[in-house]
Amino acid sequence: MKILVCISQVPDTTTKITFTPDGKALNSVGVTFIINPYDELALTKALELKEAAGSGSVTAITVGDASTEPNIRKALAIGADEAVRIDAQPLDAFQVSAMIADYAKDKGFDLIFTGRESIDFNGGQVGGMIAEMLDWPSVNVINSIVFNGNKATIERDIDGGREVVELETPMVVSAQKELTEPRIPNMRGIMAARTKPLAVVTPASSELLTEVSTLTLPPAKGSCKFVDSSNVQELVDLLHNEAKII
Amino acid sequence: MSVLVYAENTAGLFKKATFEAITYAFDIAGGAPVIAVAIGPASEEHLKTLGQFGASKVLHVDNAAFQNFDARVYARVVSDAAESINASKVVLANTYSGKSLAPRIAVRLKAGLVPAAVELPAANGIKRTVYSNKGFADTITKTATQVISLTPNAYKVEGGKADATVESFTSSVKASDYKVSTIEVKKVSGKVPLTEAEVVVSGGRGLKGPENWHLIEQLAESLGAATACSKPVSDMHWRPHDEHVGQTGITIKPNLYIAIGISGAIQHLAGVSGSKVIVAINTDKEAPFFKIADYGIVGDAFDVLPKLNDAIKALKAAN
Ligand SMILES: Cc1cc2nc3c(=O)[nH]c(=O)nc-3n(C[C@H](O)[C@H](O)[C@H](O)COP(=O)(O)OP(=O)(O)OC[C@H]3O[C@@H](n4cnc5c(N)ncnc54)[C@H](O)[C@@H]3O)c2cc1C
Ligand SMILES: Nc1ncnc2c1ncn2[C@@H]1O[C@H](COP(=O)(O)O)[C@@H](O)[C@H]1O
Repeated sequence: MKILVCISQVPDTTTKITFTPDGKALNSVGVTFIINPYDELALTKALELKEAAGSGSVTAITVGDASTEPNIRKALAIGADEAVRIDAQPLDAFQVSAMIADYAKDKGFDLIFTGRESIDFNGGQVGGMIAEMLDWPSVNVINSIVFNGNKATIERDIDGGREVVELETPMVVSAQKELTEPRIPNMRGIMAARTKPLAVVTPASSELLTEVSTLTLPPAKGSCKFVDSSNVQELVDLLHNEAKII
Repeated sequence: MSVLVYAENTAGLFKKATFEAITYAFDIAGGAPVIAVAIGPASEEHLKTLGQFGASKVLHVDNAAFQNFDARVYARVVSDAAESINASKVVLANTYSGKSLAPRIAVRLKAGLVPAAVELPAANGIKRTVYSNKGFADTITKTATQVISLTPNAYKVEGGKADATVESFTSSVKASDYKVSTIEVKKVSGKVPLTEAEVVVSGGRGLKGPENWHLIEQLAESLGAATACSKPVSDMHWRPHDEHVGQTGITIKPNLYIAIGISGAIQHLAGVSGSKVIVAINTDKEAPFFKIADYGIVGDAFDVLPKLNDAIKALKAAN
């Protein structure tokens, strides 16, 4: 089983988000960047699938500049066999997807794994775009995946429930929480990562279909109105008459 | 110019997120025709009503072979429909299936995609949520065609227009193009789906254990609400994982979110801060949740919840 895992780098989940004064970029001073949590799950599941199959390889790929290397090394430390960094500033989902699809198209991957969404731009776009560019089927937000030969049985979330589907490789799937528990790199993994291959690829082209004009913060919340715990009726009255929400 | 809306249906029934998407499409069309496309068996009666929200015509793929969802197949149908009416905009609801389709449609039409849109287009572009609700990005598309995936509960539903005409639609895609076969659908019945709920009652570690969840469930039932929980609660298997909201769970945007015994960690808030009104109930008056809540009670959930449930039931009975 030959698996490609798409890794994006995002601000740590505890980051207090602020933007540069011109509203064009994240204020990254003091921000720690991590592997997108869903991508960590995708990577772990990919390793489990390779182990279950008894053979194969897991390649981690990221579109990013040199500052992403510590995280791509971490992917190697967690267990990826090799890593690829496409040397470009990711600015748009179409651009990122086209670069990954172009890399993947003639490498014989059985499975491409993404996270359900990146927790920075939350678009959940890249997996579906890669799939369409390669004309592969895609299944989003999966909770489990089991292979029998080249056929996968997948459980995925749908609105108001779950669905079990079957399909054959090649395919694109996106990972979410229930799929597995993320693996933590151990000392041996960290040592091994130093000598694993990390290829830096120059993209053939870079085309953007969208652009962010302004980044803004949500309006500040007014202060909380407190109701005494001995008078919950007052809360109900406020929700009914003031907020008009119940 | 015209606007195409994907009218998602489940076994022929349409839901609020679709009506929101059609209303939105009508409001951005500026008088140009709004055409809906619906895939799979549905009654003429239901299809016609899509006109009430602004669709003048419904293109209907009336073929049972297309009942099950395969993102690749559905994206081809919707893109074919968009091309057949020469659509300059395609609007979808950003539901699970909308999220699977929108990126594929955008690639097929070579269109810029605005996912998770929350407002009408403005001079700066279309506002969408980023950084897990901690920010917004006004997004501009640089293409002739635009795909917009609208966050559920972010836009109004406005009916009262005229019925639509229904036309059968055949796309280039065939049943034999399916690559994904649906083996089983497990619908959670009798419960309000969390992603669609207008009111959500949510419990955290402060509830002490799964045996106390009847307090949450009773309140939810009185309010017609869905139930949710914090991450540790689902990690400890007190509640099913699909109730977990937050950065690594699901993001919701209900009109009312009631957080009980949840501290309000930044990762939790990431999934719920888009709620219109937030109520926090917590024994600790310093709990971070009170910083973003509109209403708060400093008190013990085990004392407050039964009283709150009685007061809500009384209100509902009186109205
Ligand atoms: C990468 C990452 C991702 C994460 N993603 C998520 C996520 O998606 N969603 C999420 O929820 N968390 C997430 N977390 C965890 C998050 O940081 C918090 O640990 C978690 O939200 C805390 O859950 P809690 O509020 O239920 O529990 P606690 O923090 O333990 O809070 C319990 C609260 O209950 C109150 N309380 C106690 N007894 C009572 C009582 N009798 N009545 C009323 N109140 C009472 C306490 O005062 C306290 O405020 C994530 C963490 C990380 C590192
Ligand atoms: N710059 C990137 N490089 C590699 N993979 C990415 C990149 N951005 C996003 N992805 C992948 O696409 C998924 C969805 O991201 P997004 O479409 O940004 O929400 C992520 O979970 C990653 O798996």
